[in-house]
Amino acid sequence: MSDIDLTTTADDEVVRPNLERQLLEGRAIKNNVLTVLTWIAAILASVPLLSVIYMLLMRGGSRLFGADFVEVLTALPPAGFEMGGGIGPAIVGTLIMVAIAALISVPFGILAAIYLAMLGPTSKVATTSRFLAKVLTGFPSILAGVFVYAVLVISFGYSALAGGVALAVLMLPTVVLAAEEAIKQVPQRMKDAAYGMGCTRTQVIWKVVLPTGLPGILTGVMLAIAGAAGESAPLLFTALFSNYYITEVMEPTASLSILIYNFSGMPFENQIELAWTASLVLVLIVLVFNILARLVGQPKV
Amino acid sequence: MAKNPFDRAGSSSSITRPPSAVEFTNDSIFRTVAYSCAFLIIVLVAFILWEIGKEAVPAMQRYGLGFWTGTTWDVNKQQFSVLPEIWGTLYSSLLALLLGGLFGVSIAIFLTQDFIHNRLAAVFRTIVELLAAIPSVVYGLWGIYVLIPLIRPGAEWLHEHFSWFPLFSTDLSGPGMAPAALVLAIMILPTVAAISVDAFRRIPYKVKEAAYGMGTTKWEAILKVMLPTASSGILAALVLGFGRALGETMALAMLIGNSNQISLSLFAPANTLASLLASSFPEAGPIEVQALMYAALVLLLITFLVNVIGLGVQQYTVRKFEGKK
Repeated sequence: MSDIDLTTTADDEVVRPNLERQLLEGRAIKNNVLTVLTWIAAILASVPLLSVIYMLLMRGGSRLFGADFVEVLTALPPAGFEMGGGIGPAIVGTLIMVAIAALISVPFGILAAIYLAMLGPTSKVATTSRFLAKVLTGFPSILAGVFVYAVLVISFGYSALAGGVALAVLMLPTVVLAAEEAIKQVPQRMKDAAYGMGCTRTQVIWKVVLPTGLPGILTGVMLAIAGAAGESAPLLFTALFSNYYITEVMEPTASLSILIYNFSGMPFENQIELAWTASLVLVLIVLVFNILARLVGQPKV
Repeated sequence: MAKNPFDRAGSSSSITRPPSAVEFTNDSIFRTVAYSCAFLIIVLVAFILWEIGKEAVPAMQRYGLGFWTGTTWDVNKQQFSVLPEIWGTLYSSLLALLLGGLFGVSIAIFLTQDFIHNRLAAVFRTIVELLAAIPSVVYGLWGIYVLIPLIRPGAEWLHEHFSWFPLFSTDLSGPGMAPAALVLAIMILPTVAAISVDAFRRIPYKVKEAAYGMGTTKWEAILKVMLPTASSGILAALVLGFGRALGETMALAMLIGNSNQISLSLFAPANTLASLLASSFPEAGPIEVQALMYAALVLLLITFLVNVIGLGVQQYTVRKFEGKK
């Protein structure tokens, strides 16, 4: 027989825990205060973005979406007190330099990624270059400019090519690391099937791995391009600036970011207005590549 | 006669066969090319160090270690030294890290610890990614025309009433440390948030369940269990965010005021290594270029060191969690 009587109520002897939620208890108050603070932090962090977008649309949009948008997008930048003018050479210059950078960094980056992911993932060369690629992602962009200045500009002068090479240095690690991730995602079974049919490693890479990993690789490439398009520090003293449309790759070239930098400090309302317009165009270019990166990266299987 | 088992006649549609000699040659050529591209990354980093180092040698010989400790940058007297820039770089980055780190980690907690529905979390994640996508020079423009006018009244009030306090000892007359550090904080926030989110995601869910099972509130679980468990990943996020801040150029060149002075005041103009390079390089003469190369080398070494430490901590974290699985 049990000596515990389950029917007895012993309220006066045992203190039972109160299982109701106590909102005024110290722990609960602390919990709620911290939750509110976190909400405030998250909302505060979104304020700068909203403010930047608002300013871009208000001050940059008035010119870009106005009646003279063709002039803004194609005309040469205005001098001192001149009214009107546009950002045509800068748009073309930015696109050309980003294209040069992509032409250099994408093939090298993908080939390096193939080695890192498939051919010798654990070799000394692979571990070292993977680590250095990660270090390069945090490489100050201005130092890419200093480097290219020392290598190219001192002997050949300011040029679109030098600007493109500086951007390529910055794009390379992004392309390599993203492409390596994408290649690693290709299922081992698909590769094994190809090997089993007598493919060489090169054939497996070209016919199985690259087509399958393509969406991921393209995502990396698009993100790298978006980043490069917004860069300005490496162009400051490699491409310099120009008021005219680019005619050959070995001459100083305008870019949107340098135009914004130059015009932002000018005491003329027209130039400042154009700096905002150029910012809006630049952000739109960057956004287009960011969106493309997401679209091509959608898994198709 | 026994049939050759490798004869394709048995199944006319089969394409299975051993690689031909041409294919073997192609294979080894392609592998060599890929190998050299991977090797090229190592060569590139070595080449960057060598080129900047080579150009800096004359200035190193001329100014020696005094370059690190002097406070003048005078083109006319040909005297160059970077202590104010080193101070400005570290001070602005530390301020940015305090603010950006706090907000970045808070947002990582907000996104990973079940505060909001997944869809809303996706919205906030997009916002943070967009913050990272906006070019530095656009932040600079925004800083000049929005942020500085916005914080100026507050800064003046603080200076008037608390000018005895070293942080508020000068007036904000336009560009200065406070707007620069604020913009810098916004720019490193996405880096800190993204790496911290990874750190929180790596913690198995059962760890949190165990904490809840012992009766903790949500925040007790976060502060006493999740944060300590993710601490090394968060440390990596902070160090890498700090590295980003050290090298950030354009926004600072536009907002910090480019003045060679060492001041604790948040409202005094200052200078950083990167913005010194940005503002002086385009018009520099040959001797100043050598000094700038030396400054670039200093910046390169500082950021390289910080990034290697950050990556080291990050790899340690990944290994720790993958080992425990």
